[in-house]
Amino acid sequence: MTDLIEIANNLRGAFPGAVQDVIEFRGEVTVVVDKSAIVEVATYCRDTNGLEFNMLSDCAGNDYYPDEPRFGISYMLYSLPHNQTLRLKAYVHGDDPTIQTVTGIWSGANWLEREIYDMFGVTFEGHPDLRRILLPFDWTGYPLRKDYPLGYEEVQFSFNHDRVQAKKPHPRE
Amino acid sequence: MALTEKDLTHVTGILSDEQTVETTLDELRESLSPAAYAGETILLNMGPQHPSTHGVLRLLLELDGENVVNVIPDIGFLHTGIEKNMESKTFEKALVMTDRIDYLNNLGNNLAYCLAIEKIAEINVPDRAQYIRVIIAELQRLNSHLVWLGTHVMDLGATSLFLYCLREREYILDMFEMVGGQRMMGSYIRPGGVWRDLTPEFIPALRKFLKYMPPKIDDYELLVTENPIFIDRTQGIGTITAEQAVDWSVTGPYLRGSGVNYDIRKAMPYSSYDHFEFDVPLGSHGDTYDRYLIRVQEMRQSLRIIKQALDNLPNGPFRSSDRKYVPPPRAELGASMEAVIHHFKLWTEGFKLPAGEVYVRTESPRGELGVYLSSNGGTKPQRIRFRTPSFVNLQSIGVPAKDVLVADLVAIIGTIDIVLGDCDR
Repeated sequence: MTDLIEIANNLRGAFPGAVQDVIEFRGEVTVVVDKSAIVEVATYCRDTNGLEFNMLSDCAGNDYYPDEPRFGISYMLYSLPHNQTLRLKAYVHGDDPTIQTVTGIWSGANWLEREIYDMFGVTFEGHPDLRRILLPFDWTGYPLRKDYPLGYEEVQFSFNHDRVQAKKPHPRE
Repeated sequence: MALTEKDLTHVTGILSDEQTVETTLDELRESLSPAAYAGETILLNMGPQHPSTHGVLRLLLELDGENVVNVIPDIGFLHTGIEKNMESKTFEKALVMTDRIDYLNNLGNNLAYCLAIEKIAEINVPDRAQYIRVIIAELQRLNSHLVWLGTHVMDLGATSLFLYCLREREYILDMFEMVGGQRMMGSYIRPGGVWRDLTPEFIPALRKFLKYMPPKIDDYELLVTENPIFIDRTQGIGTITAEQAVDWSVTGPYLRGSGVNYDIRKAMPYSSYDHFEFDVPLGSHGDTYDRYLIRVQEMRQSLRIIKQALDNLPNGPFRSSDRKYVPPPRAELGASMEAVIHHFKLWTEGFKLPAGEVYVRTESPRGELGVYLSSNGGTKPQRIRFRTPSFVNLQSIGVPAKDVLVADLVAIIGTIDIVLGDCDR
């Protein structure tokens, strides 16, 4: 725990402008990083002796709508040599939902970032293969955004056949 | 015959009105080799309806004769929007959705979700509940590995082992029915403990099972471990080095097959796993055969953990008595007005979690099952995300499937041990 605080302070010292905040909650430490510096901070976390966060456990998106900046991208790091965990977090503004990719640092970020793109519409600049992953490639909208309704599909019977048919995205003839 | 644009539209799907052929071509340009455009290699769809893809997984293969040049996985056929749905339910009610993520580890998914809630709410779980959770989680691991072993070996041509494995799995499902009332999707593990105490018939059944199971694992090994056909099909097939595996965030037996000692039960013990003695089996070659050996050894270790937990099972409550989060038992409702109020509040409004976010790791049979839970102080999750092992492990399929034969690809899909519901959520 104290190690984690030291790590966070170490990061704050190394990137005085980029580290915006250090949050400690239930034994987990989150380092809030400016989105323009995410690649440098992540590279530093992976390559510095004593940190060596060589595995990206998870990358999770979050939508804080209607607050701005609305998107939070959390990177759960794990260090195999030191058995240590750390979370980096970058906030992305809704008007410009882009952030640099970390696929160059951990290859495992590939699908994790694709999923965030698919679900939140945050674009990862420099991603090698940024396509929708879970949803069909012609889907419109980003379902995990808070302003996307939960929705349902109306069951089609003979009495409402035409009305439901007209609303289908790609009606068959 | 050179590949035309029309061919590519067939493999990439039906185009909508807005999309043109060019955009579809562009999307896959990075993933295909130049030979595909010259017509020297062919593109072939494997799945989504294919018996050896363990569900609805579609692989777009670029083949040079029988050699696999590129594998482009296409997933999402089982996407049901569980994370979005859970955001509209209270914490207690959303629990039932976690079972549906992974049908071979449903109670393990309950456990990961409950651990996340307990971490935010700081609920103390009684010792007895912790031990029961360990027993249940290890039974789930056995259940999952049995299905994996049966289907994996069946993919490679040995049909009879599947029947034996499913025979033993029946006993495990029967025991789940004894404790939780259902064979699958039991929702037995709840925030603060477990739903009810172990039933009287469960413990004798489990003791019988502990005696019954080890000779059966010996039988499986007798059939498979030194079987020359199995060795030919798996040794040296689908190798992944330790560095590659770590780089691709691979976890579970898939990672340990490459010799990396990362088991969350040891690294970050949860639910009293630190009370038990067990070994983490490690491989050295990182091939399909090593991963087979590891999973069989893990089955033996699971039995060892269950035996210790059962022998040292503490007495006491099976669920926390923190009435802010845990509903009172039925008997209290007739005697205490306070209990009635708690009951009413918990089942109508639900409990409120303090604002904050946590990430909890558990070791599922397939690898790291993480739950990222963000609460804004309300009664519903602000955001919940399941970092499912199948999803993250499957993305690395291009590494072991580089330059293999199509027949070996079937072994590689099996050895990653994917559950497509777990992958697509």
